Amino acid sequence: MLLEFNDDRPIFVQIAEGVEDAILSGAFPEESQIPSITEFSVSYKINPATALKGINILVDNNIVYKKRGLGMFVMEGAVEKLREKRRQEFYNNYICSLVAEAKRLQLTKEDINIMIERGFEK
Amino acid sequence: MNCIEINNVSKNYKDTCALNNVSLKIEKNKIYGLLGRNGAGKSTLLNVITNRVFADSGEVLIDGIPSVENDKVQQKVYLMSEVTLYPDKMKIKDTFRWSGEFYSGFDMEYAMAMAERFGLNVNKTVKSLSTGYTSIFKVIIALSVNTPYVLLDEPVLGLDANHRNLFYQVLLEKYSNSPSAIVISTHLIEEVSNVIEDIIIIKSGKIYKNESREELLSKGYTISGRATQIDAFIADKNVIGVDTLGGLKTAYILGTLNRNKIPEGIEVTKLDLQKLFIQLTNA
Repeated sequence: MLLEFNDDRPIFVQIAEGVEDAILSGAFPEESQIPSITEFSVSYKINPATALKGINILVDNNIVYKKRGLGMFVMEGAVEKLREKRRQEFYNNYICSLVAEAKRLQLTKEDINIMIERGFEK
Repeated sequence: MNCIEINNVSKNYKDTCALNNVSLKIEKNKIYGLLGRNGAGKSTLLNVITNRVFADSGEVLIDGIPSVENDKVQQKVYLMSEVTLYPDKMKIKDTFRWSGEFYSGFDMEYAMAMAERFGLNVNKTVKSLSTGYTSIFKVIIALSVNTPYVLLDEPVLGLDANHRNLFYQVLLEKYSNSPSAIVISTHLIEEVSNVIEDIIIIKSGKIYKNESREELLSKGYTISGRATQIDAFIADKNVIGVDTLGGLKTAYILGTLNRNKIPEGIEVTKLDLQKLFIQLTNA
């Protein structure tokens, strides 16, 4: 899990998203343990309160859960849940900005469609 | 009760006012960043807390007890200051031993393990250490005394990038395992920005800002774009500073941004602590 903290969102959001990415990629499989708050804090050099806030987002969304005295684990079914969430966000996060940039560059819908075809062929 | 309380403290040196009616609370189990320009009063404040400098007026309470000339409450606070208070010819391992005589919570095993991690030769004398290793040896003692309050005045002075990295890691490890109140006074704002929870900005002897980092940073934003466009946009806003580069302009603004009202072509980014600090403390 590599985080750069160079984008505009708060760090705790980026921590939560970084863990989500790692779950989606299979780096943290379902029912496996994720790093502790201390480990996140020390390796990313962030205040433990910030790391905790990030992980708590995932706990609230039932992506990870706490096992008392053991640590935090990825919930069964988390991958499918995250995939569904990301699919719903896809339009807002990618399509809207893609269309906006395309308009700035005076690219037509057809131009974009051709590029998408090309992207899938790779 | 469990905090350091600084009430209306003032301190003058001849005709310079180092602290001007400063009031502040340092609570347990939090990491603070004490930021200020050279001569702003950071070190004086830390020295007043630890009874090394006497305030002209006001008081400091440690866990509710006045701190002046009170060894018992001073045992709860450790200040790593810019001055080295150990004899020049003393070996590092002996400075560790002596620290244990003064602070009953001193953890010798931890100190030796840290010396090893930082590559500090404990058989060397205090005088023979480079600037960087002098900081390291003082930091190690500060993290080994296990006092409820640890004040670090310029802990990374002279440390190379690798050692600074290691310092932040070691600090967070220590803090996670046994929380204490830690105050870090530093000029390397960017590096410490994510480590600290609360920010204290001191300017010309006065507390200028004292709030959580997240809150402070969420109170402002940066916009950049064509100068004419920016000028129009910022006309009715609380602008704390601007940078111009040719026809491009960047403005630093305090206040909430209405995302629906951003004209096309203007780019909005968040404030980072260092930029905010520079804008706030510029003359």
